[in-house]
Amino acid sequence: MSDPKPQSPEKREFIAKSKTYWNPGKTQAWQDMGVDLVIDRREGYLLWDMDGRRLIDLHLNGGTYNIGHRHPELIEVLNRGTQRFDMGNHHFPSQARTALAERLARICGGDMHYTMYASGGAEAIDIALKTARHATQRRKIVSIVNAYHGHTGLAVAAGADRFKKIFLSDNPEEFVHVPFNDLNAMEDALKGKDAACLIMETIPATYGFPMPLPGYLQEVKKLCERYGSLYVADEVQTGLMRCGEMWGYQRYGITPDLVVTGKGISGGMYPIACVIVREPYAGWLTQDGFAHMSTMGGAELGCLVAMKTLEILERPTVKPMVNYISETFRNGLHEIMRLYPDFFVGIRQCGVVMGLEFDFPEGAKPVMKHLYENGVWAIFSTLDPRVLQFKPGVLMTADLCAEVLERVERSVGLAYAECLGRGGRGKIRAA
Amino acid sequence: MTAIVEEILAGEQRATGAADLMLQTAEWAAAAYARFDRARVLKIARAAAEVAYAHAGELAEAAVKETGFGVVAHKKIKNELTSRALFELYAHEDFCSARIRAEVKMVELPRPAGIVFALTPSTNPVCSVYYKVLMALVTRNAIILSPHPLARGCSVKAAQLMAEAAEGAGAPLGIIQVIEQPNLPLIEHVMKSPRVGVILATGGTPMVRSAYSSGNPAIGVGPGNAPALVDDSADLNHAAKRIIESKSFDNSILCTNESVVLAVESIADRLLQALKSAGAHVAKPEEVAALRELLFGRGTFNVEVLGKSAVEIGARIGLKLPPNTRVILAEIDRIGIDEPLSKEKLCPVLGFLRVPHAQGGITQARALIRLSGAGHSAAIHSQHAPTILAYGAAVKALRVVVNAPCSQGAAGYGTHLAPAFTIGTGYFGSSSVGENVGPQHLVNWTRIAYNEDPAEAFGDFSVLDAWAGGPALALGREAPMSLGRLQEGADSVQDPMPLPTSSAGTIDEIAILREEIRRMVLEELRGALRS
Repeated sequence: MSDPKPQSPEKREFIAKSKTYWNPGKTQAWQDMGVDLVIDRREGYLLWDMDGRRLIDLHLNGGTYNIGHRHPELIEVLNRGTQRFDMGNHHFPSQARTALAERLARICGGDMHYTMYASGGAEAIDIALKTARHATQRRKIVSIVNAYHGHTGLAVAAGADRFKKIFLSDNPEEFVHVPFNDLNAMEDALKGKDAACLIMETIPATYGFPMPLPGYLQEVKKLCERYGSLYVADEVQTGLMRCGEMWGYQRYGITPDLVVTGKGISGGMYPIACVIVREPYAGWLTQDGFAHMSTMGGAELGCLVAMKTLEILERPTVKPMVNYISETFRNGLHEIMRLYPDFFVGIRQCGVVMGLEFDFPEGAKPVMKHLYENGVWAIFSTLDPRVLQFKPGVLMTADLCAEVLERVERSVGLAYAECLGRGGRGKIRAA
Repeated sequence: MTAIVEEILAGEQRATGAADLMLQTAEWAAAAYARFDRARVLKIARAAAEVAYAHAGELAEAAVKETGFGVVAHKKIKNELTSRALFELYAHEDFCSARIRAEVKMVELPRPAGIVFALTPSTNPVCSVYYKVLMALVTRNAIILSPHPLARGCSVKAAQLMAEAAEGAGAPLGIIQVIEQPNLPLIEHVMKSPRVGVILATGGTPMVRSAYSSGNPAIGVGPGNAPALVDDSADLNHAAKRIIESKSFDNSILCTNESVVLAVESIADRLLQALKSAGAHVAKPEEVAALRELLFGRGTFNVEVLGKSAVEIGARIGLKLPPNTRVILAEIDRIGIDEPLSKEKLCPVLGFLRVPHAQGGITQARALIRLSGAGHSAAIHSQHAPTILAYGAAVKALRVVVNAPCSQGAAGYGTHLAPAFTIGTGYFGSSSVGENVGPQHLVNWTRIAYNEDPAEAFGDFSVLDAWAGGPALALGREAPMSLGRLQEGADSVQDPMPLPTSSAGTIDEIAILREEIRRMVLEELRGALRS
């Protein structure tokens, strides 16, 4: 194993400052995990640490950098936009907001006519949940055990205990959690006909991308219809072509009542998130259009960037490209699995949404560390640390994919030796 | 969307950004396709050729309608020849398999260029698309086409039909792509892309020069200006018929058409007579002056007469020619910069110059090609081998067609030259290729060369498959979905592993079988899910 490069004095000093002024707990946790990353320059799917080390970004901050860092067309549109617009005044009709809403309506189809704007994903989730409550006049929100929807009031309450108890923000009366892929539990939660909605990520990211079992989401949607609850699809990490279609839910043959998109829609360039709502459930927009507002929600510059992001993703070549990238990784990773069958045991995959399974307690953490030391940045799943979140961008080139696979093979070998070599559970393969 | 928003979104990088994505997709397609075996490649190329053949007439009509150039019936013939016939020809050669040459202890492996970037002209739009696509397909290359804007509609349609057929027959997605809104800056952007393997440039000289200065390997060819020498040993009736047949073919739009007939004085009058009988109108001196003004009055060739019929061109100078007139003959008294009619004429106006003897004809033929058309084509009608040889050696043309129509003959129809719509003009014509361009130009070979010492034995490669092994091929058809093993509920679903590439020809069957197994498992699971 190559020794990690020693830190420069500048970096050491900076990390100390980060602990002093920003976030001591988080800063230290990364150092403890062997990841001393301070991201400096970035371009396409590449990052450079402040000490100059190059990393291929397979984290993408949850798909925020889906089409790459600092995409040149996004920089261009942002520059052009600032010649005329700023964030705008959220009280008034806006050319950019309406144009993006119109585009999203066309993309989503059906009666998904309305778009509500937020400045981030969690705020958008709150808007979606409030909208569902208004439409159904019910309070209860059903979500998945260990779900993750962000950190604002309603969003954090719908998520895992991990992030709400510390802030005394749990609310078990109104927020019910059911296990993923369990239809009986889902039916039990909904059959009281008192749930405003079910909210779920099409594939739960922070949970390590467990895949919906065949037919599960369709049955869930049917249950929602049967018991009068709305289906809110959190497509923050699964949307925008990452599953091979514009929205992940399309791969599972369902049409939700509300769709939340964030992260990638901003192109990583200007914060914005959106809720797209079916016409019958957007009643508050007519009843009292001022009922929810957000100064920075749907900032006009963000709308321009989002429109360009969607324009790029809608180009006819992108779909085959996502297919190629996801096929290439599946095929290449299977070759690596053959080398370490008792360690690297499975691949959860829907397009470029991927979770790599390591059959060892917290097995994804050493893999993450060795990947980091070998020039690839991918993050383990907070809520299932046996699983490495493996999230290539949808515009990755063939050469970069090949480079990633070569680096993954080397890093998995090193992690294998670290996890299983000493314990005598397996043979050490010369890496 | 309001105009202001649209204007902000319409950045300068929109077109080049989209083109870069096409290149990236083509790169994936090329990587997979380069591992296909010959049977599978031929299946794909045949499917593309067949759909091209089936639409030969329809697209010939569309091309004439869109560009106003040429003759529908002749374009249909060209389209047919560049689809089914060309495929049959190429299918005889193997650009996909290893060649084992035990006698020199060498194995040769074909290595495709990767991405072929092909510019296609307005004059021969559909057949050029057909020809370039088929060359790319049989050599396991991906191709991106950029049609001439004047022939955009029919060219895009032709490319899309072939793409659908190729993909339907199993080609990786994006193997054939077409730029639907080409413009000069965009073309230059793509030409300079490091992803391009080779540029196949057919078009005007500036475009060809631009291809050569892009920094990428390029095959571009120069213009033609073919002399046709008729000596006193020629069969004059045959010669006349062949010249008229050639010069009137598709209204003389092929760059291999005859520019000036060089007639040896002793047979010149009889040849004129024979040309008249074959369908030529011999222009009177004042008509020649009018033609000169019409064709070259503005300095360069007037594209308004490009590919127009003799009758239409006659009408433009106030002549009412009989409808069966096929060519207008313009007698000139010199070859050179001071006689514009001795330049290339992509219309059925044919120069006619009397020369005192064959040697004088050779001198004038050299002069003609000095003017333009270096490295291109020349024709001779003669029974006299020494003259034919002397002509071939003296004239700076890389194909000399003997006793045949030059338009067709130099392009490989009616001679044994390779059928082609890109005519290599070689070093005379500032081109990298001197032959008629064919699939062999789109593939390199890796040569595995053993030590010649007899003590080093040559390996046995006869049963090996060069393209086997390694991960399964990505074909771009569907983004995979799979459950892992550690996830709850996944234990009942065993994901079939993608099989490594064995013989690429068997992938279809394996993929179908795997899909079948997957479907059965999922059905079963769906039932079990609620229990």
